[in-house]
Amino acid sequence: MLPKLFFGYFAAVITVLSILVVTRRNPVHSVMWMLLLFFNLASMYLFLDAEFIAAIQVIVYAGAILVLFLFVVLLLNLREELKANRFIGSWPAGLIVAAAIMVSMVFAINSFVPGPMGTYSIDYIQKETYTKVLGEVLYTEYLFPFEIASLILLIAIIGAIVLAKKRMRS
Amino acid sequence: MKEMVDGIIGAGGFQMIINIVIILLKIAAVVAVALLHVAYATYWERKVIGHMQVRLGPREVGPFGLFQPFADGIKLFFKEDIIPANADKPLFYLAPVIFFVAALTSLSVLPFFNGFVIANINVGILFLFAMSSLGAYGIVLSGWSSNSKYAFLGGMRSASQIISYEIAMGLSLVGVMMLAGSLNLTDIVKAQQQYPLGVFAIPQILGFFVFVVAAFAETNRLPFDLPEAESELVAGYFTEYSGFRFALFFLGEYTGMLIMSAIAALCFLGGWGLPAFITANVPHILAQVLGLFWFLIKVYAFMFFYYWIRATLPRYRYDQLMAIGWKLLIPLALANIVLTGLVKIWVKGII
Repeated sequence: MLPKLFFGYFAAVITVLSILVVTRRNPVHSVMWMLLLFFNLASMYLFLDAEFIAAIQVIVYAGAILVLFLFVVLLLNLREELKANRFIGSWPAGLIVAAAIMVSMVFAINSFVPGPMGTYSIDYIQKETYTKVLGEVLYTEYLFPFEIASLILLIAIIGAIVLAKKRMRS
Repeated sequence: MKEMVDGIIGAGGFQMIINIVIILLKIAAVVAVALLHVAYATYWERKVIGHMQVRLGPREVGPFGLFQPFADGIKLFFKEDIIPANADKPLFYLAPVIFFVAALTSLSVLPFFNGFVIANINVGILFLFAMSSLGAYGIVLSGWSSNSKYAFLGGMRSASQIISYEIAMGLSLVGVMMLAGSLNLTDIVKAQQQYPLGVFAIPQILGFFVFVVAAFAETNRLPFDLPEAESELVAGYFTEYSGFRFALFFLGEYTGMLIMSAIAALCFLGGWGLPAFITANVPHILAQVLGLFWFLIKVYAFMFFYYWIRATLPRYRYDQLMAIGWKLLIPLALANIVLTGLVKIWVKGII
């Protein structure tokens, strides 16, 4: 009962916050609602016994990415931004696509069958601590995909530096 | 009593309520003690810096000026609360609260002596990073919402400084996590017992150096107090704040110093850990009290180091600050991680 109650609370709050993020006129206020949204997401992860992901969610998304957002938003011309329309003209098309995805998701979830229980049960994870288990799985079983992901990120970093350098020279 | 409560909220409800009450009492105790420490940290700082500059420091209010922090607090509380015209009011109100709350929340994962910690969570260190990144919002928002150029520039500087140095600080603590094999602060303190002198500062000397420098930058203290450089920016991001809102920033900054000192004491200087021959020969309670004092002495020593540096070093230039952070501290911290990993594998191979 209590877990369902918590889940319902977080689901409702996350939905309301997401709507607030996209409807605010002032972009700085949007970013602040998004900060609250990220904290609610982190609570959701905590609730699933994933404390490492919860902490990383706050550190990376709230602590780094959203601060960069804030930097960009702070440099906007707020007077013009407040007058501009919140949504582009084709928003009804977006709404239809979103609704279609939602309907297909509902059907997909209805036919969802949970797989067999593996080694990583909740008791096992709580005993070994989540961070340790995650590290072991990432660096043994999924080492190759993990390295590919890190390589992609490295390419993105180098690409960003190259682009910034080019502009400086000209 | 127990049966009645259990009857209302189900089995185990009474125990749950008792646990909640104990946690609330712990929170009240930690916050009260921490805020008293913060109040006297300001007094102590003024005394130390006064004597270093051949002055006497505060001495008018009470014996040796000991009631000065309370006089300051009362004065700030009764000051007029000024809000600039065209300020973004909700964010202007919110910014000091975010800053202060982020600092106070960090106290909840610090173990003060063996077994005393409000929330003994497995990701203690990561929680501290998360809270320090939340504090950056208080600074950026206060700078932006005041609608003032000084405050805005101060806020921008501070945000970029905190983000850059957070990376160095996080990486410097990775070595500690690797040696301890845990992110839990209590486990980290216990792991240090097996090392020489019971500290990680010797095997992690590189990490400790990076951490100390980054801690100064994270708390906006001299020589890295660019965000509030008085000669250029008046007071930086909190220029427009007055009265108790200003006091919240002030308290948040000193709480931040206290937390950084506590992290240094816990992760590098052995925390409350006493040598085995002491814990084996004295009663348990006395060992706990000694452990608490041992921890506090380390925290105070680190706080004194903060003041000492402030009285000694001039301020860095902004580009120098960024160069130190990105080109010196982060590579050093990365090298430290690689070295620690290699040594750990090598030592394991021998055993």
